[in-house]
Amino acid sequence: MSDVAVSPGTDPYRLGHHPHPPGHSHGHGHDGDEATGHGEGGPASKRIVVAYGFWIFLLSDIIMFSAFFATYAVLVDATAGGPTGQDLFGLTRVAIETAALLTSSFACGLAMIASQVRNHLWTQIGLLATGLLGLVFLALELQEFAIMIAEGAGPARSAFLSAFFALVGLHGLHVFSGLLWLGTMMAQVAVKGFHPRILRRLMCFSLFWHALDIIWVALFTVVYLIGTTS
Amino acid sequence: MSPHPAPLDQHDLAPGDEQISETIASGVRGYLVGFILAVLLTAISFYVAKSDLLWGPGIAMGLVVLAIAQMGVHLVFFLHITTSPDSTNNVLALAFGVLIVFLVLAGSLWIMANLAHNVMPDQMQQMMNMQG
Repeated sequence: MSDVAVSPGTDPYRLGHHPHPPGHSHGHGHDGDEATGHGEGGPASKRIVVAYGFWIFLLSDIIMFSAFFATYAVLVDATAGGPTGQDLFGLTRVAIETAALLTSSFACGLAMIASQVRNHLWTQIGLLATGLLGLVFLALELQEFAIMIAEGAGPARSAFLSAFFALVGLHGLHVFSGLLWLGTMMAQVAVKGFHPRILRRLMCFSLFWHALDIIWVALFTVVYLIGTTS
Repeated sequence: MSPHPAPLDQHDLAPGDEQISETIASGVRGYLVGFILAVLLTAISFYVAKSDLLWGPGIAMGLVVLAIAQMGVHLVFFLHITTSPDSTNNVLALAFGVLIVFLVLAGSLWIMANLAHNVMPDQMQQMMNMQG
């Protein structure tokens, strides 16, 4: 009715924190504060809601990866007489891949700082460095795959290799989609500037990129390092 | 030019947002510390894997410990998931994720190891003959 005096544009469902809404009063003194869903300080800003939702998505993505890791760990000895990790993996390549991805994550962090102080040039430079290093990583990984398949150690060779290509390929696919996303983010920053909406997307991208780095840490440890120690 | 736009969020922190860093220098310093720690842990991992610094059968365990430490470094310095009270929701979500990851990994390995142990080699041979 008319006594529910909240402007519809700002908070149509009255989820907000309104300790003393005009013309709205219950018998007891503290309305607003203790209503369901209000929390301590009212609703969080959109920035926090978006980032938190994306964090939940990232965690579910990590859970999906854990299933691939479990598959790999179960099948690592099922080489069917074919090559083992010891025969196939070259640690120099993995070290370069790791360095590229780590530096890429660092550059992404610097780009985020630049975007927070609304520095156009350094944001773009940071994002470009992030993307180029990601490309280096992806190129090295694809080259490794190509060499392995040419040697007859493709995903069809053994259960071990199926699990290997599924796990490492899934991570590579994530890096690839991250690079596509990064390209669109650079274009959006260039065209639309530092609109709050763009900043939220940038933050989600940086969370995604850092999470990929975490998965790579698990990956190079479990697959490459443990796989090559006898 | 504060990175936190709304005065609204006095009790919440988005994942990825840093609480203390109000200046560029402190923000860069945070990422730099994280980067150096991550590089250090990675280097140790690669070194340990190829040297006999650790007792042979213990290398895998040592590498896992190093990897978990490095994931912690990434979470704190890059994703800014910290123990500050404003980050409680993020930490709780992470804890639940870690629980599920642990259940999936440990459960799969346990069950499959148990199966592999219970299936005798000659049984396996019979099954393969039946399939072939």
